[in-house]
Amino acid sequence: MTFINYASREINCKIVYYGPGLCGKTTNLQYIYDSTATQAKGKLISLATESDRTLFFDFMPLELGTVRGFKTRFHLYTVPGQVFYEASRKLILKGVDGVVFVADSQEERMDANLESLHNLEENLRSYSYDLMKIPYVLQLNKRDLPNVIPTSDLTVELQRKGEPVIEAIASSGQGVFDTLKAVAKQVLTELRKS
Amino acid sequence: MREQRYHQIKAVMARLRLDCAARLVVLVDKDGQQIAVHGELGELDTTSLASLVAGNVAATGGMAKLIGEREFPTLSHEGERESIHISVIGRVLLVVVFDDRSSLGLVKLRSKQISQELAAAFAEIERDSESATGTDALPFDEITDEEIDSLFSQT
Repeated sequence: MTFINYASREINCKIVYYGPGLCGKTTNLQYIYDSTATQAKGKLISLATESDRTLFFDFMPLELGTVRGFKTRFHLYTVPGQVFYEASRKLILKGVDGVVFVADSQEERMDANLESLHNLEENLRSYSYDLMKIPYVLQLNKRDLPNVIPTSDLTVELQRKGEPVIEAIASSGQGVFDTLKAVAKQVLTELRKS
Repeated sequence: MREQRYHQIKAVMARLRLDCAARLVVLVDKDGQQIAVHGELGELDTTSLASLVAGNVAATGGMAKLIGEREFPTLSHEGERESIHISVIGRVLLVVVFDDRSSLGLVKLRSKQISQELAAAFAEIERDSESATGTDALPFDEITDEEIDSLFSQT
């Protein structure tokens, strides 16, 4: 839920990056962190296992500037992708304002994408959110790898509601900011509607 | 949250900090957003603290459910010099950061005493937002696409 503090004139929105294990959620956040000016960001917190897999979540606050006199801050979270971290994945979705689904474009990861997307829909439902109604973007990541499925096929399989589909190579930053911008725009547009 | 309520809550936090000789008092909502902070901030990154406190409460809440409890209403972490005590008050988390000028017992007692007052204040905030009328419109009703775009050109 977007938190608007009239006294300190701040809007805080929560964006969650979702997707199967090793699809590049943390890489998205790491790129945003590395290419943002120091004054616009807080610390990047990564609660990871010793082998660098996200255990609980990654978190970074990002200040985008002011709109109508209100400081706009986005809290970016990633969930752990591996199937067995279900409990912590569900917790992170609580109070979410917008979701980015990071799909792994490699052929052998298609089942993992579908399973994760289904899991996202279910977990949202448990908090009475509807994927069809919340701000949502589909990112097709790892487009630089040799064994990727064509974008059009991935879109047919994974697109749920006409959401923006963005091709990305998160490791080099391609599509990373376009994705963030697409979801942030929907979140702010929601504020207008409400 | 409106200005007047914010100051009311800040005053309660200031009283709590004084009563239990704490370093810092922070209010966080369960989604990880910081609501208000009072005390010696120093270099402390309170945005990260808020997010981690909410994650911590959510995780221990999950543990509580596994053993058949609804939730754990308080959590405390004691360090060598600095410690943290967290109380769950509805959907708000009251966080007290303290050092050896205070004690866990005192912080627990004072936090508990003040919980009801905070719960009442937040119930009023909820009522305020429910009764907000059209004349009290959000400043974003008229936000334009250009304004949204310009946010991104600032980064």
